[in-house]
Amino acid sequence: MLNAIPTDWLFGLGGGLLIGLGGAVFLLGNGRVMGASGIIGGLVDGSGKSNMAERLAFLAGVFLVPVLLYPLFSDVDTHATTNVAVLIAAGLCVGVGTRLANGCTSGHGVCGISRLSLRGIVATCSTSWPVA
Amino acid sequence: MTRILLALIAGGLFGAGLFISGKTDTTKVQGWLDVFGNWDPTLAFVMGGAILPMAVAWLLTNGRKPIVGGEFPTPPEPKLGRNLVLGSVLFGVGWGLAGLCPGPAVASLSYGGTSGWVFFAAMVAGMALAPLARAQLDSAVPAE
Repeated sequence: MLNAIPTDWLFGLGGGLLIGLGGAVFLLGNGRVMGASGIIGGLVDGSGKSNMAERLAFLAGVFLVPVLLYPLFSDVDTHATTNVAVLIAAGLCVGVGTRLANGCTSGHGVCGISRLSLRGIVATCSTSWPVA
Repeated sequence: MTRILLALIAGGLFGAGLFISGKTDTTKVQGWLDVFGNWDPTLAFVMGGAILPMAVAWLLTNGRKPIVGGEFPTPPEPKLGRNLVLGSVLFGVGWGLAGLCPGPAVASLSYGGTSGWVFFAAMVAGMALAPLARAQLDSAVPAE
């Protein structure tokens, strides 16, 4: 088990670099700050009407690439709970919370901290205390 | 067209990163949040890895314009409003409960089973309710 841990970290780092690269493409290419909650939220509440196609294309990429990668990896699983009440409560909190805060923690963390934004740092930290 | 293609590429990279990093594995997320227990630091590597290219990208925006034209977004006002803190706390509660957040929820829809879809549907419902919640909050106590 001991040598399984650094592999996880390496995959974490590699995956993180890809996430950042995606954000860099979205910023330098389209001039947009990448955030999953903002992109989905804009479709849900209609505030993103003007760039709907761009949002849908982004989400298509997020959805489809794991479909392609899935067969190449063994035992990939979300290990998510099957408790419907918990899933619904959690989904509602995440949905309302990310929209109120204009972004999820990872978004604030990746896009906000990288530009040394105070908002990003506060959002990242306030998320961590209720669960810690 | 370029805009759509770039969005697809950005989303694809994001999806690949979420998949490979383990961010769609709820046990990894909950392991990260379990600071006082059996703490799993993987997500720190994910975050660190993601911040590097983004920091370079922000530097590259200096004196340039986006490929598709227009302007780069200006930094938001450094306003630490109630909504930012309250929203982040709510998000944290949900994230801690299920271990899923918006990006990974979409990235894992194809293999996350029914649980993934239930979470996704509730999240979309929450996003639809958010403007109402915001209006309620603002009428109870004005934000600023």
